[in-house]
Amino acid sequence: MTAMASTALAVTEVDAAEHGLSPDEYARICATLGRAPTLVELGVLSVMWSEHCSYKSSRLLLKHLPTRGPRVLQGPGENAGIIDIGDGLAVAFKMESHNHPSFVEPYQGAATGVGGILRDIFTMGARPIASLNSLRFGSFEHPRTRYLVGGVVAGIGGYGNCIGVPTVGGEVYFDPGYNENILVNAFSLGIVRTDAIFRAAAAGVGNPVVYVGSKTGRDGIHGASLLASAEFSGETDEKRPTVQVGDPFTEKLLLEACLELMEQDAIVAIQDMGAAGLTSSSAEMAGRGGTGIVIDLDRVPVRESSMTPYEMLLSESQERMLIVARAGAEEIVRRVFAKWDLDAAVIGQVTDDGQFRALHRGNEVACIPIDLLTEGAPAYQRPAAAPSELEALQELRLDQIPLPGDYSGILLQLLDSPSIASKRWVYQQYDSLVRGNTVGAPGSDAAVIRVKGTHKGIAMSVDCNSRYCGLDPYVGAMIAVVESARNVVCSGAAPIGLTDCLNFGNPEKPGVMWQFAESINGIRDACLALNVPVVSGNVSFYNETDGRPIPPTPTVAMVGLLETLDHHTTQWFKNEGDLIVLLGRTREELGGSEYLALAHGQVRGTPPWIDLEVERQLQRVCLKAIVDGLVRSAHDVAEGGLAVALAECCISGPAAPLGAVIDLEGSIRPDALLFGESQSRVILSLRRRHLGRLRELAAEADVPVTILGETRGRRLVIHPLIDLDLEEVRRVWESGLPRRMAGES
Amino acid sequence: MRWGVVTFPGSNDDHDALHVLGHVLGETAVPLWHKDRDLKGVDCVILPGGFSYGDYLRCGALARFSPVMESVRAFADAGGFVIGICNGFQVLCEAGLLPGALIRNRGLRFVCTWVHLRLEETETPFTCRATRGEVLSMPIKHGEGCYVADPATLDQLERNHQVVLRYVDPSGRATTEANPNGALNNIAGIINEHRNVLGLMPHPEHAVEKFLGGEDGVKFFQSLRAAVTEGASRRAASLVPGP
Repeated sequence: MTAMASTALAVTEVDAAEHGLSPDEYARICATLGRAPTLVELGVLSVMWSEHCSYKSSRLLLKHLPTRGPRVLQGPGENAGIIDIGDGLAVAFKMESHNHPSFVEPYQGAATGVGGILRDIFTMGARPIASLNSLRFGSFEHPRTRYLVGGVVAGIGGYGNCIGVPTVGGEVYFDPGYNENILVNAFSLGIVRTDAIFRAAAAGVGNPVVYVGSKTGRDGIHGASLLASAEFSGETDEKRPTVQVGDPFTEKLLLEACLELMEQDAIVAIQDMGAAGLTSSSAEMAGRGGTGIVIDLDRVPVRESSMTPYEMLLSESQERMLIVARAGAEEIVRRVFAKWDLDAAVIGQVTDDGQFRALHRGNEVACIPIDLLTEGAPAYQRPAAAPSELEALQELRLDQIPLPGDYSGILLQLLDSPSIASKRWVYQQYDSLVRGNTVGAPGSDAAVIRVKGTHKGIAMSVDCNSRYCGLDPYVGAMIAVVESARNVVCSGAAPIGLTDCLNFGNPEKPGVMWQFAESINGIRDACLALNVPVVSGNVSFYNETDGRPIPPTPTVAMVGLLETLDHHTTQWFKNEGDLIVLLGRTREELGGSEYLALAHGQVRGTPPWIDLEVERQLQRVCLKAIVDGLVRSAHDVAEGGLAVALAECCISGPAAPLGAVIDLEGSIRPDALLFGESQSRVILSLRRRHLGRLRELAAEADVPVTILGETRGRRLVIHPLIDLDLEEVRRVWESGLPRRMAGES
Repeated sequence: MRWGVVTFPGSNDDHDALHVLGHVLGETAVPLWHKDRDLKGVDCVILPGGFSYGDYLRCGALARFSPVMESVRAFADAGGFVIGICNGFQVLCEAGLLPGALIRNRGLRFVCTWVHLRLEETETPFTCRATRGEVLSMPIKHGEGCYVADPATLDQLERNHQVVLRYVDPSGRATTEANPNGALNNIAGIINEHRNVLGLMPHPEHAVEKFLGGEDGVKFFQSLRAAVTEGASRRAASLVPGP
């Protein structure tokens, strides 16, 4: 230890606090090491113990999620989850946040979010074939919103288009609750042969540790620990240097080189260098394998020769991977990466001492037990309590909400609102077609891609209504899960697996922690009811500024399997004269609805009623009807209720709008009938002769079937409240977003 | 007939072209590597879409210096068939195998959408099996697809019938609204003077399988196949001594 002492700087509790470690945490480090850490070690420990890397506030609760199932080949704990889809194939998928960097620097923040999630997928041996994203922005009244929307969308497109992975779907919401903290959640899915899955557990003492990809620079240092693990206050400009810069071209080369190398017998373990770069990739691989690891920093490819050990270990330079190679296979690795003009350098080896050790110019600059960096990192059962203002917020007296005079006007207003309006302005900037698998492009309930070499398809949908979650996080999270499943079902697929991206404020606040815990319970109960495992995920805390947290946003991405692409169904009406029916029941409820917020300026009440068994039966009937060929279109009823869903059925298709004539009967308030957001509802269109068969299916499962009307003409007529020309409806719906992005009100 | 698809570093639609040719159309298609000069005896070279070298300089500006491009140039000069799609079109312009240039879209944003295209020329090996004036549907996906050339070049392209595809509305009119990127004269695809090198921004390889959106792209591949096969039999016939 004499060598270490000579380079060590005196580290104090003050340094530890500057690194985001509490006095207790610092004391634990000293006690375990039997000494004070060096500055380099403090840096390593601070990133590994950061909320972002250690999940210290969430780890204990995440264990409650159901993660097993007959199709699960890999659950949480690896770079991505993997689900078997038959025919010797599997899908690897995960969703991850890049919220803080995207707020500071929207283009690069969003771009590197895409780059990071793609690396997580191809690390597993899977070729990424589809990306989706879930975005939350503030209101358009906020001066920075347009800049952020433009930058984030360009960044996602800039990276995804260039690397050649199609962006096939997603969701975008606007709410003042995100004015100072936007959310950028990136999802990616890849295809892998079940016999060619790669994992990230180091093994084989003496095996070489090989660094591949871009050189290490000074960018992104403390991105994970200080940027993503603390809340914002005041100016964010000074945090710009903690945001990484993306290079999708290099990642494309890295992707092809890694997949080519995986065809050969050379890799023992592989992990991408994401948050906390070299430190986390090496420590986590050793942690999973129960080994030690030693890194010689003098051999790390660097952009600048004067980089310190601290900088090299904490750099979050993008487009880098760490490989534990089979001893003797170094030359194979080097040859493949040379073909793609990329660096490959042996920088260390697997050891048996259980330590993370780093060498620099002959000195040992860090020596920390692997366990202290991984499993032994802190895990907190933080106090949780429902926010005191919640009860008042949940109160909603419908008798005090006046009925509107002009229902057609309200419908147009809803279709024009940024969260409901067409997202064409966004998704046209994404290449949704590359790789030639896109069956269901953006614009329907779920994205659908074909699986080459089979007749199968994969459906994907991302969802979360954070307004519901703010009013009741348990119910809101359940609805996020069942709605994403419903979307996948409406496209003709059976849900097979879920990944989540849980975005919340500061977990040290009991109110936020309560929202988080309730959301976990909601996801758990919904997944258990639908029999869907959670196979991967991500938690993003500290999404708050000046003490104001974002609305709780537990975003989920559902993956479904179409047994044959013949089952693929879209949301828009197809043929004149088809019957339009509603599966499910409309209740008199307006709590948390878009209508209540837009027309009455109120965000209150309780979210729509949900019964998981009712939902399960609804989805079963809907899928059976699709599989049996009874259905021409299927559309989930969501924000804006029945009226908005019907309008979308008329206008969202690629062809000219197709009208509908509807008779709505009901004993409930007309605004709740039209715009209420009751759950467990789907609009189907079908040939008349299939109605009997549909009724039989529904009766067996006790699912109500209501005939709403038929497709006809070029108007949307809902007797006696709404009568609109569809050209106008489409124009309003299509122009909502581009008009605002052009700066017009 | 044998097709070759070049992979530059950063090519993306190379896999898609190979898949469509090999697995959907039943053709013989081989990959060509940018560092190799060997064209493996193909009858047609496809320069695919993507972001060669990241397109960090001008699109296609670096790819034209690849070793494989020396061979492609010699191949084209000798009458070999070359198709440049999207980034491939940009490479052909940078390499001087086609006139003009492709610059940033008028709207300054990347655009991915299906468009309508009027087929202007059938007197080419790439379109001989299609119908003149028919309106095709194919996707575009590019940020730099605005075709520009000086007035003299543009005039020459029009007079020599070298404009093969134009952006139009569904009824076939070349309007400003139907032009997705601001290309001069609504130009979406052109051919060289010798009519053996085609460049186009729309992606025929992404319009081959009906359930993925449409099949109009097949016409380009079928036309060239017919032209090559007939050319081969004509060449063979010319070797047969006359009566």
